[in-house]
Formats: sequence, C-alpha cells, structure tokens
Amino acid sequence: MNLLWLIGVPLVTALAVLLSRNRDQVRWIALTGAAAQLGVAIMLYFLYTKERSAGNTAAILFQQDHEIFSSLHIRFHLGVDGISVAMIMLTAFVGIAGALVSWNIEKMTKEFYFLLVLLSLGAYGFFISLNLFVLFFFLEISVIPKYLLIGIWGSGRKEYSANKLALMLMGGSALILVGILGLYFASGNSFDLVELSNMNLPAATQKLIFPLLFIGFGVFTALFPLHTWVPDGHSSAPTAGSMFLAGISMKLGGYGCLRVATWLLPAGAVAYSNIIIVLSVIAILYGAFATMMQKDLKYINAYSSVSHVGFSLLGIGMLTQTAITGSLMQMVSHGLMTALFFAVIGMIYDRTHTRMVGEMGGLMKMMPFISTVFFIVGLCSLGLPGLSGFVAEMTVFVGSWENDHMIYRIATILAAMSIVVTAVYILRAVGQTAMGPVKNESFLTLTDARWNEKLAAILLLLAILAIGLVPGWLNDLLRPSAEAIMQKVSAFK
Amino acid sequence: MNEFLTLMKSELLMTLLIFLLLFVKLGKGVKNETLLPLIQVLLLLNLIAGFFFNKTGNLFGDMYFTTPLMAFQKSLLNLAAYLISLLCSGWLKKTKHLPEFFMLMFSAMLGMFLLISSGNLLMFYLSLELATIPVAAMANFDLERKTSSEAAMKMILSSAFSSGILLFGISLLYGATGTIHFSQMAGLLDNSPLQILAFVFLFTAFAFKLSIVPFHLWTADVYEGSPIAATSFLSVISKGAIAFVFISTLYRVFGAMQDTWYIMLVILSIITMVIGNLFAIRQQNIKRFLAFSSIAQVGFILVGISEGGAAGLASVVYFVLIYIFSNLAAFGVASVISDHCGKENINDYKGLYKTNPFLSWMMALALFSLAGIPPTAGFFGKFFLLTAGGAKAEYWYITVAALNMIVSLYYYLRVVRAIFMDKNEQPIEKIGISPTVKMAFILCGTAIVCIGLFGKLYDYILSLI
Repeated sequence: MNLLWLIGVPLVTALAVLLSRNRDQVRWIALTGAAAQLGVAIMLYFLYTKERSAGNTAAILFQQDHEIFSSLHIRFHLGVDGISVAMIMLTAFVGIAGALVSWNIEKMTKEFYFLLVLLSLGAYGFFISLNLFVLFFFLEISVIPKYLLIGIWGSGRKEYSANKLALMLMGGSALILVGILGLYFASGNSFDLVELSNMNLPAATQKLIFPLLFIGFGVFTALFPLHTWVPDGHSSAPTAGSMFLAGISMKLGGYGCLRVATWLLPAGAVAYSNIIIVLSVIAILYGAFATMMQKDLKYINAYSSVSHVGFSLLGIGMLTQTAITGSLMQMVSHGLMTALFFAVIGMIYDRTHTRMVGEMGGLMKMMPFISTVFFIVGLCSLGLPGLSGFVAEMTVFVGSWENDHMIYRIATILAAMSIVVTAVYILRAVGQTAMGPVKNESFLTLTDARWNEKLAAILLLLAILAIGLVPGWLNDLLRPSAEAIMQKVSAFK
Repeated sequence: MNEFLTLMKSELLMTLLIFLLLFVKLGKGVKNETLLPLIQVLLLLNLIAGFFFNKTGNLFGDMYFTTPLMAFQKSLLNLAAYLISLLCSGWLKKTKHLPEFFMLMFSAMLGMFLLISSGNLLMFYLSLELATIPVAAMANFDLERKTSSEAAMKMILSSAFSSGILLFGISLLYGATGTIHFSQMAGLLDNSPLQILAFVFLFTAFAFKLSIVPFHLWTADVYEGSPIAATSFLSVISKGAIAFVFISTLYRVFGAMQDTWYIMLVILSIITMVIGNLFAIRQQNIKRFLAFSSIAQVGFILVGISEGGAAGLASVVYFVLIYIFSNLAAFGVASVISDHCGKENINDYKGLYKTNPFLSWMMALALFSLAGIPPTAGFFGKFFLLTAGGAKAEYWYITVAALNMIVSLYYYLRVVRAIFMDKNEQPIEKIGISPTVKMAFILCGTAIVCIGLFGKLYDYILSLI
C-alpha cells in the first residue's frame, strides 16, 4: 500500500476546507475527509495483516524512500510496522470522532477544522516516518494548531494554558532536536531510523543521548515531573482539542520514547530503566491521588490521564516483551478512552454549562445515552474486564512481573494499587453526575445526544469493545513489532 | 570588455538604475503613482537578469572578483529590494522624495555588491562606506519626525566609529602581512599576536554592522526611528549583505585563524542570542521588537558560521533567503498598519484578526517562520544552521541554541496572542490592501510555506560553493 495516502488525504482535506465557502461545506468536507482517512487506516490494517499472514517477516513494511535534502542525508523515508498501524488506527478513530463532536462550533468554523486536520496530519506523518528529520518535522507541525486551538476556542485561563503548552512542548522539542543531531553526528551523518537501529553505537554515546530523547518525548507524554502542561492544556482546550491532545498528541510522545529512544539506543534504555520506572510509578500514584482532589470533570480526566499514561511509560521502563506490548496497548486504549471521556464531558458541558461535579446530578433522567456512555467509559478507565483498559493494564502488570528483581516487583504492586484509587474517583465522579436527584431545576429541560454526538460515541465505544472483548488481534499486531525492539534491548540486559 | 560587462553585471545594472532615476529627477512632474510601478518593474527585471551569465573571474588586478555564489547572494539582495518596493508601496507613494529614496537605496546596494566582490582591503573599505552612508540618509527620511533624525544621527555616529576601528584593523593587518590583497594575505597569516589584534579590530567592525551583542546598542533606536521601508532595508538587506561578506572574509582570508575565531563566534553567538531574546520579551513597539528579534537571529547565523566549511556557508545563505521572506512579511504587515493609522505598538494589534484576517495570518506565518516552527521555512533554516554548527560535536553549544528557540517562541507568541486571542474594544479598522501589496504578501507567504518542502534549493546553493 502506498503510505502517501495517509498524509495525502488530510492534506487534500485541509486545502478543501480552506477553499470552502460556508459553514456547512466546511463541516461536511472535514467529516468526509476524516471518514476517508478512517477507511484508509482500516485498509492499511487489513493489507498489513494480509502481508504478515502471507509470511512477510520484514520488520517494516510498505517502505518507500524519496530524496529531499540529499547533501544532508535527509530522505522522505516511510514505512510501517504493527505499532505504527495501531497508532494510525487510533488517530483515525479519534480524528473522526473529533470532527463529529465539533459539529456545532460557531466561532470561525473554517479555521477550527483546518487546524484540526493539520493536527491529525502531523500525527499521521509522525507515525509513518522513518527519518528522524521528517519525524521531527511532523512532530513539530502540531505546535501551531495546538496553540491556536486552545488560545482561540478554549475556555478558562486559555491564554495561559496555550502558552504553557506551547513552551513546554517546545522545550521537549529542543531536547529532541539536540538528541537527533547527536545521533546524526555520532553515527557518521545518518538520520535514518532503520540504518541507525542496525548500527551499534558505543554504549557511552547511547547513554549520553538517551536522556535527551527520552525526556524530550517524555514531555509530550506527560513524564513526571514534566506533566504540568497536561491538566491546564486539556482543561482549557475545546472538546475536540482535548480529544486530540490526550488521544493523539500524548501518544506521539510515547511512540517516540519507544521507537526513537529505546529502539535506537537500547543500551541507554537499559541504563536508565530504573529511573523511568520510579518516575512512572510516581506519575501513576500522584496522578491518581491528584485526581481525587479535583472537582472539575476536565481536570479529573486530565489528571487521570497523567496516571494512565504512567502505565505505558512503566511498560517501557520494564523492558520485557509483554510489558512493552502492554504499554502499546495502553497507549491505544487510553487514547480511545480518554477521547471518549472528553467527548462526553464536552456534551455535558454544552448542555449544563458547568463542569463542576458538585453542581450536577441525576443527568441519567434527561440524557440517558450520554450518561450511559459516561458510565461505560468510566468503567473502562478503572479497568473493568471486557473493556480495553483492563486488557492493557493487565498486560503491563504481567509483563512487569516477569522481572524478578525486588524493585520491579514493588513498582508493579504500587502501580497496581493505584487502580483502587482510580475506582474511587471515577465512581464518585460518574455517580454524582449521572445518579441522584437533579440539583438544578433548569437541567430538567436538557436534551440527549444529537446524531453526530451519538455517532462519535458509538465509533469510539466499538473500538474500545473490540479491544476489550477480543484483544487477540491487537496483541498479534503489536507483539511481533515489540519483539523486534526487545531483540535490540536484550543484547544489553 | 565583454568580460567586464558580464562579470560586473549586477553593479552595472544598479548604476544604470541610479542614473535613470537621476534623469527622472531632472525632468519635471513625474508623479509617484507612475514612477513607483516603473521602479518595481525595473527591479524585477534586475532580479531576473541576476540569474543569467554568472561566471567566475577577476577584474582590475584582483580588486574585484566574482563567483556564481556571489552572484546568487546579490540576487537575494535584489529580491529583497524588489519585495520592499512592493510591500512598502503605501508609504513610498506618499513620500515627497521618492526618486531620492530609491537613489539612496540603490547606492547602498551598489556598495554592498562591491563589498561582496571586493578583492582587497582598499576596495573593501570604500564599498563598506558606500553601503553605509546612504542608509543613514534613508533613516532620516521621515523629515517631520524628530526620531527619524535621531536615528540617522545614531546610525552615522556608530558607523563612523566602527569605520575607525576597521581602519585601525586594516592598517595593522597591512603592517603584519605587507599586502592589501585578500588572495595573498590568506597565505601569510600565522596567528601571530599582531595579526590576532588586527583581526579583532576587523571583527569588531563587522560586529557593529551586524549588531552582534555587545555592539548592538544602536540597533533598536535606529530601527524604531526610521521609516519602515528603511528599517526593513536595514534589517534584511544590510544584515544579509554584511553576513555574506563576514562569512566569506572569515573563510577565505582568515581560514588559517579558525581556532581563534571559532571561540569568538561561540561566545558572541551565545551572548547575542540570549540578550537579543531577553530584550525582545519586554518590547512594546513592533519595530523595536523586530530589532531585538533580528539581533537574536544574527546570533543563530553565527552558530552556522562557526562551522567553517561548505555546510556553514550553504546554511547561512539558505537561512538568509528564508529570513528575507519571513522578516519582510512581518515588516510589511507593520508597514501597512502603521501607514494606515500610525499605530506601531503591539497592544494596538489586539483583536486584529476580527478586522484583518489576511494581515493577521501573514503576521502569524512570518513570526512562526522566524521562530522556526514547521511547516514554515524557518524551521528548515534553523535546523540546518544547527546541523552545521553542531559538526564540531559541541553538544552544549547546540543545546544552548535550541533552548534559545524556546525563549524566542515565547515572545513571538506574544504578538500572535495579541492578534488572535486578546479582546479589544477598538481594534484597528479594516484596511484595504492594494493589489501590489497583496501580491507581495502572497509571494512571501507561498515562499515561507514552500521553500522548505522544495529540497533541491539547498542542494543548488551547495553546488554553487
């Protein structure tokens, strides 16, 4: 399959959005584009599994290579493995849901959808690039859309949050930039991921560059203590913005930690794995306890994201094949779940005009659909079997337990304990919002979800159930690619 | 004779333009409205002519020499001049002395062309003076405003001072090597203390012209006081030309002293980036703001220059090309607004997006490109400068430069925030943009978005070296 489709479709969509004449055209073009993109992503999955079942064992499929800056060894090198395919499908699902829930945006609709498409374009490009320069280019493309989406369409302290997010992510990018240049010079001028992964750089160099790349990508994926942009950014962003930020953008960081930092610098990953584990356990526990104190639904989900993303970082730090598979599953699962969570919060906020848990109650009476989805996603978040969260977290724990050293065991137990805390805040938030007496008379006239909102929720729910009930397909997709990464790492263990 | 015509093509065309304007001035009653489009067309033709018949050769016994790379650098300056004539046409049409303004501008450019091609110290000094003095007169062009005269005075004093230092350096250099020809001098340099002293004087003169910290103090005041057409000339054409000359002098003449100037460049570039960025944060006037931002950009250029080889040279030329489009687009927006209502304060830009979406997007695009955020071309420019500068594997140096990009993003976002997010009861009203200006903006915008994606350009520049 030609991977250029994946960036071609959003590019065409973006241009079409720019040329459209009125609000209706903009929405339909954006939705069509997102649907087409979902189609391309699903087709990619089937073609990928077909190649695999036909016995193609190459690590990376559908490669293509074009020259851009030949004198600087910058090539437009594309290709996918199982990890990228999973991430691309996640992006496509979140993308179409985001386009659907933003249906009623009134303020500058054209600009809004343009930026949204640009944001997803960056993610697709990022997941398929095999050249560090191109990868970095696509990572950075999303800075402008994120900043403007929060600053213009956001709520609350939006200017502050937008600034904080842009500057912190830029800080992460600066570290990544230095890391990339370090790799470039250490390897004798190569930006190519495949080439670099086959090169055995001296361990000292790897240990020097690894922290730069890992921390840099870690900022994107809320690595403790660099997570502070997450609560502010997510709570100030418009609904689709939060969905994209938490569902896609944070995954860019996790993917980068694994694909760039761990894959290219395995000796570094082994050397620093203890620190990663400690930081991610702190993030898991701190995120969970911080969520307990929150009263605003968006802050609840933002802080719980810090905690949940901690699981995927924990999986990376554990460096076993199962743990890394679990970490990737957690990325996909959390992406879908948190996007749905933000979508539901957006739907509730659109109607009640409040996000404070204390001011709501009994919403189940007026909006049964929204409340039910809210329940399901809450249960997914606390790891109920049958939903995606359970599968992912369980895999991480099993993988972590494979390490028999005491520190790893303690870390696993501490991380697992956070699930109890998760249950407390999720059940409290969902229960107080949906159940009980109606606290505000004016809420009685509220309506349930519209068609676009229902469609968005159902799409995401389907994906969550598909992972939760039949996790095998995702496991089969991710595990061989995780194994390829583990092969590099195990040489240094 | 034929060789004379082709080699000195750019200079001769410039001289021709100057004389044409002189004749126009002699004849009576040519209106600005008819003269300006004519000048724009001539500049465009001049720009196109710059791309043909480029050869390597010497003239006047090594006083003057040129290569295809130099011709390309001159074309870049021509391009910038053409863009300025388009973008500032609102102000230019209103000015009383249009032919004089362009005469001064072309004289300065003639000086820069000769400076780029100069083959010995005498030629170098003369053309540097020719490139500077007319600019001071341009700074004084808002005759009614006192700040304009103040700017011109500051400019002339500081350049006189730096010329003095340069002459000191030149005399010491002559004393140390016994020649004024660059080609002979290069082989005679051996890092003796006298030569290093002479080099430091020469370097200081360049630092004044490029406004490298701590020799930057004149910059902000001059930028603020001058009319925007002159400011954009100063910040783009002057800076670009001096940067080209600086890099070629360092590489060609002082190549033997690389160890000395590498350390100087590292220290000065860090100071320049940091001070330029920190001072830009607090600026309220858009011209002062862009002045400090351009100081920080020069710091970045120095990172590329420090490499000392083809990659450094190519990345600097490439960066200047991108910088021309980005900075001129920013100055163009400032010019259109200042021309319409005289407002030059960043706070006045609040709520601009509501009334002037086109200008707002142009400004945002230009600022993001200056900040080095993809997909704009500025990202590629900065990345290549850092790639060149990092070749010595001094990671801390690259880290400092990369961290400076965060600071710069902070203040560029301040303007973007004012334009797109801040509320304002009385935003600047809707401004009608003339087709020429709009065309220039679209040209800049397209270039900012597309240059980076068109990778052959960098390879082309590299092939010229």
